[in-house]
Amino acid sequence: MFQILQINTPVPRNIPLDLPLPEWLLITLLVVSFLLHIIFVNLMIGGTVLTLWCQIIGLKDKDYHNLAHEISRTITVNKSLAVVLGVAPLLSISTLYATHFYTATSLTGGMWIAIIPLVTVAFLLTYLNKYTWHVLDKNKPLSIAIIATATALFLFIPLIFLVNVNLMLFPEKWGTVKGFFSALLLPNVFPRYLHFITASMAVTGLFIFWYMGRKSYPFEEYFERLTRYDIKRKAYSLTLAATVAQFIIGPLVMLTLPTKGFDWRLILVILSGASIAIPAMWWIWKAITGKPENIDNHFGKVVIALSITVIFMGSGRHVYRANALAPHQKLMAANTAEFERLSKEARENPPIEQSDLQLDSALGPVAKGAAIFQMNCSSCHKENEKLVGPPMTEMATIYATDKNGLKQWIKAPGKKRPDYPQMPAFAQLTDDDREELANYILSIKK
Amino acid sequence: MDFPMFHLDWLNDRFLIALIAILHVCINHGLAVGFIPYITRLEQQGVMNSHAGQITNPEWDSMVYKMMKVGFIITTTLGAMTGVGIWLSVSVVSPASIASLIRVFYWAWFIEWLVFVTEVVLILIYFLTWKNSNKSLNAKLRHIKFGWFLSIFSWITMAIIVSILGFMMDPGNWKSHHSLLNGFSNPIYLPQLFFRTPTAMLIGGIFGYLLSIIFTKKNSEIRARAVKQSSVWILIWAPLSLAGAIFYYRAMPQAMKDNMSTAVGTLEFAQYYDLLKWIIIGAISTVLIIAIAGLWKPKKIHFAMVLFPCIMAFGFLGIFERVREFIRKPYVIGGYMYSNLLREEDYPLYKRDGILKYATYTSTPEVTETNKVEAGKNVFVLTCSRCHTTQGINSIVTVFEKMYGKDKSFEEASIAAFTKGMHNGRTFMPEFPGNRKELDALAAYIKHLQQTGDVIEGAQNEGVVVNPNQSVDAIVKLLDKQVKDNADSMVKIQTALNK
Repeated sequence: MFQILQINTPVPRNIPLDLPLPEWLLITLLVVSFLLHIIFVNLMIGGTVLTLWCQIIGLKDKDYHNLAHEISRTITVNKSLAVVLGVAPLLSISTLYATHFYTATSLTGGMWIAIIPLVTVAFLLTYLNKYTWHVLDKNKPLSIAIIATATALFLFIPLIFLVNVNLMLFPEKWGTVKGFFSALLLPNVFPRYLHFITASMAVTGLFIFWYMGRKSYPFEEYFERLTRYDIKRKAYSLTLAATVAQFIIGPLVMLTLPTKGFDWRLILVILSGASIAIPAMWWIWKAITGKPENIDNHFGKVVIALSITVIFMGSGRHVYRANALAPHQKLMAANTAEFERLSKEARENPPIEQSDLQLDSALGPVAKGAAIFQMNCSSCHKENEKLVGPPMTEMATIYATDKNGLKQWIKAPGKKRPDYPQMPAFAQLTDDDREELANYILSIKK
Repeated sequence: MDFPMFHLDWLNDRFLIALIAILHVCINHGLAVGFIPYITRLEQQGVMNSHAGQITNPEWDSMVYKMMKVGFIITTTLGAMTGVGIWLSVSVVSPASIASLIRVFYWAWFIEWLVFVTEVVLILIYFLTWKNSNKSLNAKLRHIKFGWFLSIFSWITMAIIVSILGFMMDPGNWKSHHSLLNGFSNPIYLPQLFFRTPTAMLIGGIFGYLLSIIFTKKNSEIRARAVKQSSVWILIWAPLSLAGAIFYYRAMPQAMKDNMSTAVGTLEFAQYYDLLKWIIIGAISTVLIIAIAGLWKPKKIHFAMVLFPCIMAFGFLGIFERVREFIRKPYVIGGYMYSNLLREEDYPLYKRDGILKYATYTSTPEVTETNKVEAGKNVFVLTCSRCHTTQGINSIVTVFEKMYGKDKSFEEASIAAFTKGMHNGRTFMPEFPGNRKELDALAAYIKHLQQTGDVIEGAQNEGVVVNPNQSVDAIVKLLDKQVKDNADSMVKIQTALNK
């Protein structure tokens, strides 16, 4: 089992605290909350891409211009839900796979942090597009430039997340990766990315079918030529085309994934998911080739079947991760236990601290005091000038005839000078140390 | 120790977190917790002051809507992303501490998330249904009700997160009680909440004041009314905010209070602490002055007059957060984990065997004569780099040059001697964790930094080198040894039984 891990693979120790919940419950929360999050991310990205596309066609066709506006209005809601729903899976993966996930993000840290400004700018651009819609009616190229920039950002940002969820699976690569772009080149990042973007288009197609097909949606207010049926058929066609494409991209993802996470359970989960999509595709095909009034017939079944597919694919994703990391986690557990044992042993038999005082024999009787001073006091006090506290020459003057006062002050200092910070107490020094220290301080001459 | 060390060698890792966190707190307090109730109250006023037969005063309502639009756009973009950003930045700078906190506070964060989802749904409903709700009085009243719900949920998200913050600052209780309730019952919780609530209201009010000037015309009746409303709001909350600040400061545990004089800068800049006091007094009094002026001569108020107190109020909150963050030191989790991400209880082991041996990533598992400077760099990265840079913000070279003089070349022996004892004099510093050889290597590296101006790229750029002691190879051997030891002891037991 361990042969798949190369010699140069690190085995970090795990967080030495118990999991807050049973593992199976955390895994369920992780998978379910991730799928909820990713669906809204799909809608946000698919919506932006479609807005751009409709806006470009809308240059010549007013109905498409209005369609772009309608789709762009949904981004506001979907993107806010995408962000907030992302917190729960982030929380769960940080609990279950803290070491693997945080190692990946640290190794690509610059780009990981760049998520914040990139997403913020992308969001602001979608608002700008939405709220300047009528203002920019006469300057459509500018409007298109705004949404095109947002689309480019939205298409790039998923790569950052993908690089990390991919890199976390391969501890054997951690020692070789140098930054985000080198992690981006690991073999299966781009096939997974393509898989994700295609899924976004499929989900968005279904969403638009429902959103603009609702009875309460005032369709006729917005469109002159396009009918509800037109939009529904186009949306359905998008979902169908994207789902068909997944039957090519999916196997590509499987082929490029390293072998280490495969087992029959994984194959079974993935194939089950894929096969449930087949009747959904058949229903969509019947709807778009059938009579206009029958287009809604199987919508509910299509949504249910494709949702089940998504749940299977999300679970398959977790099965691969769990399989791929199990051997490494076992080694980590062994290393963690060994470290905890060593740490306990050292704690119970603390090393005897040898005196590190470096005596300068030239100083004669005050050599020890000077060494104690160097170790404990020199960070704040210098001989002739103020550093943090007053110089030694001042101390020597003040306490010239009051050695006990000086020793007492070192043990429990007060606060005399309003413009100096308070000195901390040095209760850890022994009486002898304080005696030596005082002798040394008082030996300083101006 | 167990994670690759992300490092920003000019900006400083902590500064990255501070930037994002302060921005987030300003938006959260100023544009959500304090702003939403302020806006809802204004919306309600529009209904109350409308003529018979009107649902609301349309001119007033449109002003309030525009103000809310600003709040909505900022909170759902920069506000939301800086909130996530705190987590993303902490997880790369300080992964061991955040991963530990999550294990203990999973439920707190999970509940926080549920409240947070509710808050987002409510703000979407509140803002996006605003115009539609103006069609009937019932719809408008229901809309206002949503404003109050949103206000309550914004406040609850803050109340929960304050519990986690309070827990991290209160030393000692981490070890004995790993529970969420403990976060709520710790002695800093209520004072923090008493401080944050009115301060958020105050900042929300002054920000709204500024917006109302932007969205109304000079000398208009509506501006005078808006100015008066904002003034009343501020006058209610300002004294409570001041009282909260005093209450909070007094409740701070003694150990943390001792650190406060160094919080805003380094020891050498202790006078900054005085500045904090003046900023608090200054911010609250300028806000009060503009509020009184607003009541007295509402038509004389213009944009520039409100801008200054508004900046002061946000600055006050920013500096407060900076101080709050600093007074945790030398810990990142009170009594459990130091700000260098090493657990206090592992110190005896590190002192005995050195830290390099146990670091997952290091090019030098041991210090030798030939690798001294490189080993010193690894020690620096492992034990100093969370707070210090080589040549940037809070540079280690500058810190020592302040002590020893700018033009003097460093003496390794005195740097080593100082570093060994620094936690005694500078209580905000954790003790140096490594062994004697590592200490000397560190001193040699710091001297090297001064001489060459060398910098560190961080794991996010130059990757990591795996420590052979912590590789699969080594751990497989460890497992083999454990199996053999078990077998040996079985044999021993067997022999003993046979006798």
